[in-house]
Amino acid sequence: MPQTRSFDPYTENGGTILAIAGQDFSVIAGDTRQSEGYSIQTRYAPKVFRLTDRAVLAVNGFAADGNMFVKKVKQRLEWYRHAHAKDMPLRAIARLIQTMLYAKRFFPYYVYNILGGIEEDGTGAVYSFDPVGSYEREACRAAGAAQSLVQPFLDNQIYFKNQVPAPGTTHPAYLSLPDVLSIVIDSFTSATERHIEVGDGLEIYIVFAKTRDLQDFETIRAKNVHLIQELTVAEDGERIFVLRRDLKKD
Amino acid sequence: MDHFPTNWGRPRNDAFDAYGTYPIQQRPNNIKDNFNGVQRTQQPIVTGTSVLAIKYKDGIMMAADNLASYGSLARFKDVQRLHAVGNHTVLGASGDMSDFQYIQSLLDDLIIEEFTEQDEHTLGPAEIHEYLSQLMYGRRSKLNPLWNSLLVGGYKDGKRFLAYVDLLGTTYSASTIATGYGSYIAQPLLRKAVEGREDTLTEREAQAILEESLLVLFYRDARSLDKYQIAKVTESGVSISESMALRTSWSFAEGIRGYGAQTQ
Amino acid sequence: MAAAATVYNPVGFDFSNQIRNNFLADRGIPLPKATSTGTTIVGCLFKDGIVLGADTRATEGEIVADKNCEKIHYITESIRCCGAGTAADTEFTTAMISSNMELHALSTGRKPRVVTAMTMLKQYLFRYQGHVGAALVLGGVDATGPHLFTIHPHGSTDKLPYVTMGSGSLAAMAVFEAQWKPSMTREEALDLVNAAISAGIFNDLGSGSNVDACVITATKTDMLRNFVKPNERVTKERTYGFRRGTTAFTKEEIRNLVVHEEIIGVRDDAMDVDGS
Repeated sequence: MPQTRSFDPYTENGGTILAIAGQDFSVIAGDTRQSEGYSIQTRYAPKVFRLTDRAVLAVNGFAADGNMFVKKVKQRLEWYRHAHAKDMPLRAIARLIQTMLYAKRFFPYYVYNILGGIEEDGTGAVYSFDPVGSYEREACRAAGAAQSLVQPFLDNQIYFKNQVPAPGTTHPAYLSLPDVLSIVIDSFTSATERHIEVGDGLEIYIVFAKTRDLQDFETIRAKNVHLIQELTVAEDGERIFVLRRDLKKD
Repeated sequence: MDHFPTNWGRPRNDAFDAYGTYPIQQRPNNIKDNFNGVQRTQQPIVTGTSVLAIKYKDGIMMAADNLASYGSLARFKDVQRLHAVGNHTVLGASGDMSDFQYIQSLLDDLIIEEFTEQDEHTLGPAEIHEYLSQLMYGRRSKLNPLWNSLLVGGYKDGKRFLAYVDLLGTTYSASTIATGYGSYIAQPLLRKAVEGREDTLTEREAQAILEESLLVLFYRDARSLDKYQIAKVTESGVSISESMALRTSWSFAEGIRGYGAQTQ
Repeated sequence: MAAAATVYNPVGFDFSNQIRNNFLADRGIPLPKATSTGTTIVGCLFKDGIVLGADTRATEGEIVADKNCEKIHYITESIRCCGAGTAADTEFTTAMISSNMELHALSTGRKPRVVTAMTMLKQYLFRYQGHVGAALVLGGVDATGPHLFTIHPHGSTDKLPYVTMGSGSLAAMAVFEAQWKPSMTREEALDLVNAAISAGIFNDLGSGSNVDACVITATKTDMLRNFVKPNERVTKERTYGFRRGTTAFTKEEIRNLVVHEEIIGVRDDAMDVDGS
């Protein structure tokens, strides 16, 4: 049997991403480690990107495809802005991502995308994609190396699966911002313990609807002043922040 | 009814493939490009080993040995694998040397074009890195890669820049980077010495840690050489040193006899 | 005509299980994924003896199976062995050689020697042609002095003043090559081993958690378990308790395991509980 050696155009760069939709906010997080095989390429390579003041895209899988895909999505959004004199609504961005991914159905972008942000009606939204464009709107999704560790935890804590509510009550439809942030941080510290490709640092993007009062966020911000940065560009629309934390480096 | 004119008059079996869907439709490929008549999915032939680079107080320092190997033969021992690009950037290459020479000529053309523009803008390391990423990713997407791992380092407008790009188009930036065996052997040493101290590390300390790493690589990488160069990029520009020699020590072996029970 | 099965090892290689494994693989049953130790292990000669070091992470592919496992195995009082590779192989191989060394010491009436353990290990591993995935760093002090060996899964050995094995061996060896010198003190040697194992822990994904060390000299052996712990888990943001009644159930049945109880006194004395 003759052996052929051929160039493999893909590789896996590890890492994990996660997004949770609240009632009027959305949280999109990713670790910052980029690895290949058993080596760490860098301890800080962002995987979560601000597209507009209301849309954040997290990409995970093959980093070269991920970075190139984000560039191409940003370019399409810029063209839309020039053509329509407004930012692209979130569900339109989701559909755009589907068509962009499927266009390379026979040489795919090896990327698992999660789009998070605020819909036109002011609700928090999370859209998750497979590498060839199949997508769905959900309340929460984890993707990447530690997906199988994090998603079951989210299913239990966000969807309350396998939990019977106390008699006479129902599970809340939405969780508060401090609860969501705690779940995100604990998901990542736990994934770091048990998955070798997760660690180094964590970046959490938080997108708030226009009308939302930021009182509860201000208390969190006061406790983490050096770790939070605002990325909002426009004056009167949604607001977007990023929270950075360290994760274990082993 | 078969709607596809290209199927009319052609053999087909209405029983199981009425619309002539197999073999799958291919777009006609009429483009003649540089690659026709040339092999793809290659393997590197004449290769360079690790390149190391770190950020330090005044800028970037990059190091590479002077060897181009032909498999296990140490074929060319006076090769310069560090290349200055304009006044702000240095490029270090490991992997296939012929692909590196092609990249060098592309970059030289780029610098000449930019010079003739005379618009008081000069290409900095970030632009060079972006150009190379797009180049490498594009070639990878045509399944005909430039088989290199490149380090781009530079200093422009008061800011240091250090990034990596390889044959897959993978890019990343850090304050210490190494390619090839360097990523396994030198990176732990570089990270320990530099991480957190990029703004206080002096030129002498930076040179020392690079030389120590090159020494360890010479001990442990079977495709390395003890002759090397170090490039420095600061606000005063790019300078690539003359070739220098490593000072090795083999005295640890004095008392060793055999590999087990042997005593004499 | 065929020899009867005996308890003694016949000459030559025993590959009887290979036939079974190939048969199973053809039937679509793959070999189970063995827990590998990923690992960084080191050994280093200093003025008064040997220092062995190891990380404490055991991996199953990309998942961490054990965050604090022990990779420095006991061979004899003054001989220890670090193991990298397949965890079961290193455990059983070192335990077997340890047992045989004790018997050998009783039989010869002498304190056991490092070369004896080395020879037993290499002959065993060679017999299995690399299928026993044990990569070992063996070190100890005996009547002839301190010795440090490295043993590969195929049975080859090397005798050196400093050695590293495992997926993190390149990171650890870089530190040794940069900083090892002959006749170090105990403190210098421990610092060097800590630096080498830490290089593996922070730069190799297969290694992690804590540093174990073992200092062996002519007079005593110090096992420094979790000598450095640079990777403690931070306190979680929330506690995740579940209310009683959270788990759904469809049917509830309570059985009293004591069906009928009748206490019949035999004597009036109290029960005798102490030996008097």
